[in-house]
Amino acid sequence: MNKQELAAMVAQILSTMDEPPMVKATEYHATNPQPEARDTPYGDGDFVPDVTQLNLRKLYLTDHPENPEKFRKMKERTPARLGCGRAGPRYKTLTMLRFRADHAAAQDAVFSQVPEDFAEKHGMAEVRTCCHDKDEYLTRPDHGRCFDEENQKKIRAALPGAPRVQIVVGDGLSSAAILANAMDCMEAIREGLKLRGIDPGTPIFVRYCRVGAGDAIGDITGCELVCMLVGERPGLVTDKSMSAYITYRPHTGVSESARTVVSNIHAQGTPAVEAGAHIAGLIETILNKQVSGVGLHLEGGV
Amino acid sequence: MSERLCSVGLDVGTTSTQLIVSELTIENRASAFSVPQMEIGERAVRYRSPVYFTPLLDESHVDGQKIREIVESEYRKAGISREDVDTGAIIITGETSRKENARRVLEALADLAGDFVVATAGPDLESVLAAKGAGATAYSLETGKPVVHMDIGGGTSNLSLIEDGRVTATGCLNVGGRLVKFDKTGAVTYRSAVLDGLCDWKPGQIPAPGEVEALTRTLTQALEMAAGLRPAGELLEILATREAGEAFCLPPGERVISFSGGVADCMEQDLPPLQFGDMGPALGRAIRESRLCRGAYRLGAETIRATVIGAGCHSTQLSGSTVFCQNVAFPLKNLPVVPVASPGDIRRELGKQDAQGIVAMAGKPSPSYREIVALAEEILAQTQPPLLLCLQEDMAKALGQALAARLPPQAPILCLDRVSASAGSYLDIGAPVSNVLPVVVKTLVLADNLTRNGKGTEQ
Repeated sequence: MNKQELAAMVAQILSTMDEPPMVKATEYHATNPQPEARDTPYGDGDFVPDVTQLNLRKLYLTDHPENPEKFRKMKERTPARLGCGRAGPRYKTLTMLRFRADHAAAQDAVFSQVPEDFAEKHGMAEVRTCCHDKDEYLTRPDHGRCFDEENQKKIRAALPGAPRVQIVVGDGLSSAAILANAMDCMEAIREGLKLRGIDPGTPIFVRYCRVGAGDAIGDITGCELVCMLVGERPGLVTDKSMSAYITYRPHTGVSESARTVVSNIHAQGTPAVEAGAHIAGLIETILNKQVSGVGLHLEGGV
Repeated sequence: MSERLCSVGLDVGTTSTQLIVSELTIENRASAFSVPQMEIGERAVRYRSPVYFTPLLDESHVDGQKIREIVESEYRKAGISREDVDTGAIIITGETSRKENARRVLEALADLAGDFVVATAGPDLESVLAAKGAGATAYSLETGKPVVHMDIGGGTSNLSLIEDGRVTATGCLNVGGRLVKFDKTGAVTYRSAVLDGLCDWKPGQIPAPGEVEALTRTLTQALEMAAGLRPAGELLEILATREAGEAFCLPPGERVISFSGGVADCMEQDLPPLQFGDMGPALGRAIRESRLCRGAYRLGAETIRATVIGAGCHSTQLSGSTVFCQNVAFPLKNLPVVPVASPGDIRRELGKQDAQGIVAMAGKPSPSYREIVALAEEILAQTQPPLLLCLQEDMAKALGQALAARLPPQAPILCLDRVSASAGSYLDIGAPVSNVLPVVVKTLVLADNLTRNGKGTEQ
């Protein structure tokens, strides 16, 4: 088709199109009966129910369902927002509010801080990466993987000698995940290691921490293995998901494929204590095979 | 990465004896970056034996030697040996389970078949296995429809109600195609005593025209009553099996009726009445013409083999993927389940058992470490090793290591989860495969069933 043909075709289509209907505002009336305005059940100063307390897996909002029971049963198996129903082409109010609440919680998890006294309360030394605040942490991932001289000194003081296993707790991208899971998981790891005759060492807390900070700790301490419990970037399903990154012979520049990861540690995923017991077994395997990450899979270790 | 289990099913029924060999594939359903989640993925039948008549020595004894020979020759044909068999179940069903030597024969066969082959009987389990083997549970799960499944065999009919893929009630009636046998002339050669009060034919007698059809219609009415399609009457009590507690009798309601068992094969075709020398063809026709087939009904994906496929493919389940076991000699067999509401009841409940039982607890979703420690200490205040624990919630590995940390090294501990076992059931537990434990939950142990009414005297 050449240019002329195209122009002719467009002209032809335009000629067949009706004039757009014009309605004067004064002549406008709704075609369907409109819902009556209802009084709100809430008075001034009342609280509306907390939408974040609803269990989404049990909530089914579709109107006139064919088989609501079956749908509810299927919904119990997924965190996906299914069976929300609709109001015209849009979400219903409840779905919209919940979506915004979950989104806000995810943002809060990133921007909020692990409390000042968290490390001390749990008997851990606290160090900080090269980041000075959350903004720097979020905009400069490279600063979240290294320590200045003062913090390096602190690490050396807290972790003398070359520990075999170094457990590191890092805030990462979700402070909520650390508060909810880190200590339960760590205690289970420590118990599991002791049971296997492996010294669980002295755990340390890192503020503004990225996974690579564990490599720097490897450089500083000369430990054989780092197990880092770190808050994951939150999503809309949960803002409390934690992961464990286990690296054999950690050092700056170690390949990401050399890490063994256990993700999805949270109440609706793998419970923290059960994950901890599993991680203790993994650490033993990794120490025995002297390899972590993809190499461990190739060895048939997991 | 997946591992395969070789599983054997053997069904010694009233009429037929069958064996299948299946392959269960254990797969990790979780991503490589999560705690593993092992499940049985595929359940593929690799070998089916012919359908043998169940060999009997006389009316009250099964011929154990003949069945042994069947198993040995079928293993050869399937190309497997005892050592290849990882798991499976041998089930003795229908009238055969009432034979005097049933228990002894069954246990000898289980030993012959493999290390972790479970010997079992009992109408509840039969009903569950038949419903699963026939594909009725899968159908209910797919469609969301409630299903009444009827496995109509030679001696008994195993009934189950399936709601959303789960068997929620089971029952058993003395309704079967082979309660009466005939010779080539149509003369009665055998009539089961369970028909006392319904017909009085003697061996050698030729029933009058229409009498056989009338009897099969009566038997079918009992099935209609059980399915809630006819008001329940005395007939149900006459035909209830003595092993069953309360008669299976559903209130009226819309359900899909599903059929398996040898008689189901007689439903879709008009067979000559004496094709098998029994009432099977007549009973099949009576069912087809009854209320059972007026609404939604279906034949199982498997019919005569439903129970044996259930035994081979569906008797084994897997524990949760994070479990704890230390110094336990597998397989563990016939562990009575001892449910406790709280750990404070463990001593009292275990005290009621003669044999080593396995304590069953619900547990707590996502417990804290402190709660795990408190639970471990409460358990140790109540009992001592060997510790056998079965939880519903995902917490067994953490609890197991908390127990181990408080006991001398190598104390025998088994702590598994994601298995729901109720009072009155028994667990058989095999050696770990891919770090999970194969588990068979049995609803009845053989002895209970067979020693009733003074039968099954041997120990």
